[in-house]
Amino acid sequence: MSSDQTMRDLMANLPVPEFESTPWASPPPLAQATVAIVTSAGLHRADQDRFVGRGDVSYRMLDRGDRELILGHWSSNFDRAAYVSDHNVVYPIDRLEELAADGTIGGVAPRHVAFAGNQPDTVSEVRLDTGPAAAAELRADGVDVAILTPV
Amino acid sequence: MCVLAHVLEEAGIATVVLASMRPVAERMNVPRVLYCEFPLGRPLGMPDNAAFQHEVLSAAFDLLEAPEGPVLVDYPEIVEAFETPLACALPPRYDPDIAPSVDEAQGLRAAYDRAVARRGTTEVGRSISADGVPGALTDLERVIAGEHWKEVYGPRLDTLAISHDLRSYYQEAALELAEGPAPGARQVEAWFFEETEAGKTLAVARDALKDQDAPDGIIFYMVPVGR
Repeated sequence: MSSDQTMRDLMANLPVPEFESTPWASPPPLAQATVAIVTSAGLHRADQDRFVGRGDVSYRMLDRGDRELILGHWSSNFDRAAYVSDHNVVYPIDRLEELAADGTIGGVAPRHVAFAGNQPDTVSEVRLDTGPAAAAELRADGVDVAILTPV
Repeated sequence: MCVLAHVLEEAGIATVVLASMRPVAERMNVPRVLYCEFPLGRPLGMPDNAAFQHEVLSAAFDLLEAPEGPVLVDYPEIVEAFETPLACALPPRYDPDIAPSVDEAQGLRAAYDRAVARRGTTEVGRSISADGVPGALTDLERVIAGEHWKEVYGPRLDTLAISHDLRSYYQEAALELAEGPAPGARQVEAWFFEETEAGKTLAVARDALKDQDAPDGIIFYMVPVGR
């Protein structure tokens, strides 16, 4: 069995937070929408604090122009080589710039968000505290749509 | 990611999750999910392939047209990992008086330095810098030789961060040395653990630490699941 299949099997039956309903935001047409990336790869600039192992509920705001980002997620159980070769495979910021340039999307958000994916099982801090704080920062920047990229 | 989708939608931001774990997404009532069966760590599927990445993004943006949710769509193309070791030459034995892993790591330093210069950053640095790689391998060799980890590391065992730094040092050197397109998922991992002295040392040291009853939470992630 492949390593990825082993991980998918391990994760398939993990307890997850329960959500009884599905919230629904209606975005403007894509050609007018400001788009942000929200990733759980734990990306950060070298001048920002590192993520500190398992259970770090904090997030980093990444500026639109940042490229030399470090992959701060702590797990050893996913391929990291692709990110080192091409950050867009995790953080497709150059693709968004191209889509903004050709008018497919309205614009690229001035700031993007990175959390670390290895969270406590309850995820309550992200749900109630740091998640809403990050969302408020994106809203303040006029973000309409977020693409969420996990690792 | 699925929790953040809920949080962002409640704040008025429309989301699409490029999910990598379908059963998790299924159970969480996430507004819009594009399930992408790609290797873990590659949510856009393929590095150095802008066309493929654009197709994935286009499929994700299509979900914004749905009038109501939850919406869960499978991306039609599957990308599988390729777990045969990367073809990457290792330096010849140079100094017979030091451990093979230390000798090997020193031989890769020039390639690592070139990689950092080209990319402008490095994943090494959680616990040690590149200068600390030979010493970190020497410490692992001491554990393998029978010294107790508390004598080697003191009260705070940091081998999880050290193993990340060692793997990253080798990974960046290997990507610099290997020819051709970006390797398939886990090819660099396979190369490191199956072909390099450092990878073998890390795996054996993990077993030695386990035998010394080192804290499980630290040693579990030193080596990927299944190795």
